Amino acid sequence: MAKRTLTPFWWFLMGAGGMVSAMLFPVHVLLFGLAFPLGWFEAPAYESLHALVAHPITRLYLFVFIFLPLFHAAHRIRYTVYDLFRVQPSMHQPIAVVCYGAATAGTIAAAYTLLTIS
Amino acid sequence: MSGGAHEPAAGLKLYHPPMSLWWWLERRAYFKIVVRELTSLFVGAFAVVTLLQIRAVGDGPEPYAAFAAMLGSPAFITFSVVAFLAVLFHALTWFPLVPTTIVLRVGEQRVPGNIIAGAHFAGWLIVSVVVAYILLRG
Amino acid sequence: MAETLRLEVSRYRPEEDSEPTLQSYDVLLDALNHVKNEIDGSLTFRWSCRMGVCGSCGMMANGEPKLTCAVPLTDYDPAQPIRIEPLQFFPVVRDLVIDMSSFLEKLSNVKPWIIRDDVEATEAVEFKQTPAELDAYKQFSMCINCMLCYSACPVIGLEPEFSGPAAIALAQRYNLDSRDKGKEERMDVLDAHEGLWGCTYFGECTKVCPKNVDPAGAIQLYKMASATDYLKSLLLPWGSK
Repeated sequence: MAKRTLTPFWWFLMGAGGMVSAMLFPVHVLLFGLAFPLGWFEAPAYESLHALVAHPITRLYLFVFIFLPLFHAAHRIRYTVYDLFRVQPSMHQPIAVVCYGAATAGTIAAAYTLLTIS
Repeated sequence: MSGGAHEPAAGLKLYHPPMSLWWWLERRAYFKIVVRELTSLFVGAFAVVTLLQIRAVGDGPEPYAAFAAMLGSPAFITFSVVAFLAVLFHALTWFPLVPTTIVLRVGEQRVPGNIIAGAHFAGWLIVSVVVAYILLRG
Repeated sequence: MAETLRLEVSRYRPEEDSEPTLQSYDVLLDALNHVKNEIDGSLTFRWSCRMGVCGSCGMMANGEPKLTCAVPLTDYDPAQPIRIEPLQFFPVVRDLVIDMSSFLEKLSNVKPWIIRDDVEATEAVEFKQTPAELDAYKQFSMCINCMLCYSACPVIGLEPEFSGPAAIALAQRYNLDSRDKGKEERMDVLDAHEGLWGCTYFGECTKVCPKNVDPAGAIQLYKMASATDYLKSLLLPWGSK
């Protein structure tokens, strides 16, 4: 195979993250962002939430929930910045590094938090 | 490269139309797609909020109560309203695009795009109900 | 049938103008050709077949890229002028005639022909194809190079180097052809920001295509194929050539 760019890989993560966030984010934002704070429904008690988060399957779920959507956002923001601000091609690379770098940092933070939670 | 095989004839005085900085506001279709792409800002932001929330849960009952109070502040409720509309728009524009990347065949026939998209909408509903059930069962 | 209709036509005369100006005509229904034949013979535009096959007469009508021979004037409100401009995002040669050399360059860059290195001359051999194999690429072979999709795509305006919808769809047409072996060569050209990845799926190319080619769909499938190849080579390094 001849030289290939990394873009297919980023694009794949963008797609996977788009799917995860489309499936899961509306219900999560609705519940944690609006329904619980505004008292539409009773929020889960701390103990049950803690038990839920500590469960291995939930940890894996939350890792996917954070990791893939971060790369979805990184990829889309990268190209939107290019297009909206008419970015010079010489600035493409630095913008890409910032976007994917931020998503990578968030992914490492999520992995660390989910592995060390007690 | 074809080394200039395709170049405008010499001596033409071409007019190069300028492109406005506000090109994305000038057509409804462009605006809609730019909004679709910008929903990703809220996707990223909510992923970070969730991460901070998990940290608060790990830190203990008091830090979590403080975090929950922060979620109830007017500023955050405003954020959540906009974020909810954004992720909803993301979902509504995402599922119809899924069939453009997936070619499913049953025998010789290609499965029509609206069936694939419809299946994703149905899956979205089911997943949302399951998540809500787990969080609300008390 | 004495109905009158107003056209507003973009005029650009390189000898005297530095940019296009609008000139108004009140004309009977045969619009542009009527203007040229009866009113102002200097009005310059391309057209040929009048039946939506040659792809010459693409212009902006009220801001939308249209194959002007395929749009009945009855689609427009006779009380309002119809604004006719050259296809946007292209340099203008004169009036409604655009310079298409960048487009021709992009087309030839993606090698839109059957690539094989196992035969000396393709005329000497017969490549058989089943109806199903023909169906796999037929839709993408319907393109008439009218460039409406380039005029609909803001990425072309933003990044003039972008290969664009028709060229990528045409590359896909040959990739999907059972007789072709040139997929890798084309990917060498298109796996670039100016290739596939400049596209952020505005989807307007597909909406304006008069031949239902669906270039946006072709680009999506192309990206998917590229991502799948990439992941395969990542996960199964021994499986790649």
